[in-house]
Amino acid sequence: MIEVKDLHKSFGDAHILKGITTTFDKGKTNLIIGQSGSGKTVFLKCLLGLFNYEEGSIAYNGQVFSKLSEDEKRNIRAEIGMVFQGSALFDSMTIAENVMFPLRMFTKQSKSEMEDRVDFVLKRVNLDDAHKKMPSEASGGMQKRVAIARAIVNNPKYLFCDEPNSGLDPKTSIVIDNLIQEITDEYQITTVINSHDMNSVMEIGEKIVFLKNGLKEWEGSKDTIFKTDNQSVTDFVYSSNLFKKVRRVYLEENS
Amino acid sequence: MNYLHNIGAYFLMTAEMFRKPTKWSVMKQLILKDIDDLIIGSLGIVAFISFFVGGVVSIQTALNIDNPLIPKYLVGFATRQSIVLEFAPTFISIIMAGKVGSFITSSIGTMRVTEQIDALEVMGINAVNYLVFPKFIALLLYPFVISIAMFLGIIGGMAACVYGGFSSVEDYIVGIQTDFIPFHIVYAFIKTIVFAFILATIPSFHGYYMKGGALEVGKASTTSFVWTSVVVIVINYFLTQMLLG
Repeated sequence: MIEVKDLHKSFGDAHILKGITTTFDKGKTNLIIGQSGSGKTVFLKCLLGLFNYEEGSIAYNGQVFSKLSEDEKRNIRAEIGMVFQGSALFDSMTIAENVMFPLRMFTKQSKSEMEDRVDFVLKRVNLDDAHKKMPSEASGGMQKRVAIARAIVNNPKYLFCDEPNSGLDPKTSIVIDNLIQEITDEYQITTVINSHDMNSVMEIGEKIVFLKNGLKEWEGSKDTIFKTDNQSVTDFVYSSNLFKKVRRVYLEENS
Repeated sequence: MNYLHNIGAYFLMTAEMFRKPTKWSVMKQLILKDIDDLIIGSLGIVAFISFFVGGVVSIQTALNIDNPLIPKYLVGFATRQSIVLEFAPTFISIIMAGKVGSFITSSIGTMRVTEQIDALEVMGINAVNYLVFPKFIALLLYPFVISIAMFLGIIGGMAACVYGGFSSVEDYIVGIQTDFIPFHIVYAFIKTIVFAFILATIPSFHGYYMKGGALEVGKASTTSFVWTSVVVIVINYFLTQMLLG
């Protein structure tokens, strides 16, 4: 579980995060949503320790990150898997080498043990024949699946995904969403996804945190988001006619 | 103010390079890869330039000696001194700032743009040590490149001198042996090691701290070449003053 308390982050005079308090639960897919410029990416980078923040705290399973020693921070980082928006695969390595990278860095496994683990994880993301390909030879969807495989290969406790569906077609997006949810459930990971894909919100949003102007405007789940009367949330989530109709049908059926 | 900030950030980066070392089994492979990219990959261009510039230095020297009282072996002597003292360590370092420096800046810069450095940092890896340290270790073989540049420069000078009819092989060989001071080789290698550190760290700094997209990667490569060359020239002046002055 990740607990965030009163998080503030500024860049010069620009106050980006203005006191966010929330929790991200273990074994659930937690979504951070909001318009562009609402502070989602900055929030995610603070959670990952890539940005320092001025006030507030972030605790991983009760351990406040900013109060830990460098070694303790490194241990927590070794428990984090991250799927970047652009996949961030190492382009000088093959797909198998990319997935093996965290094992080579953080474990003392033999080469055959690492290869077995890579085979297993690549099979898990339905990429069992792509070992020797270079990232540049893989499609966007494949790259995302490799990034997921690399993120989970070392059995992380926390999985962060920054816009995992960006640039993907709707069908591949659903495959990626389902994969993330299955993995979260299977390995009981605390998963935090930064997204503005409304399909993801409806499909896998077990917990949803809506940010607006650097503040937490609303939080709930894929079920409660249909019923909310928060104007900012409804304006954002139901901005398309399709989702307006979906909501109307849902409310009619459940009234 | 910005310059001061960058100088401070550069020294912090170089200190960070030696902290939290990457696992040796991984580092070993990175060093071997960088030796291949930075040292082996530069041998061809260094050999080509050294041979022909050595030839030009000897022709220019011979053409500018028109006094019959000046012995013919002076061409070999002057060529050796030019190549050992300045051409091989300094001029080749400027060329390497273009070839190796822009390669380092653009490869690290591209990793920054495509979030590969963020990925390393999220994993808890010291990205500066992972990316810059192997380049520095690989470039410790830079004196080997400079030795080849010295040898081929002198051979190129001899070939041009003999085939141009400016002096005989014997005169040239006498010239390159005349008043030989072994400390000049030590001086050249001290400079080379310092330049190796500059060649590894300044381009890495420009790549590591760059911001923006593909266009900025190109700009960072150019800036890195300019600054690496400037620092090499300035350090060359001070080292020469300290060691030979």
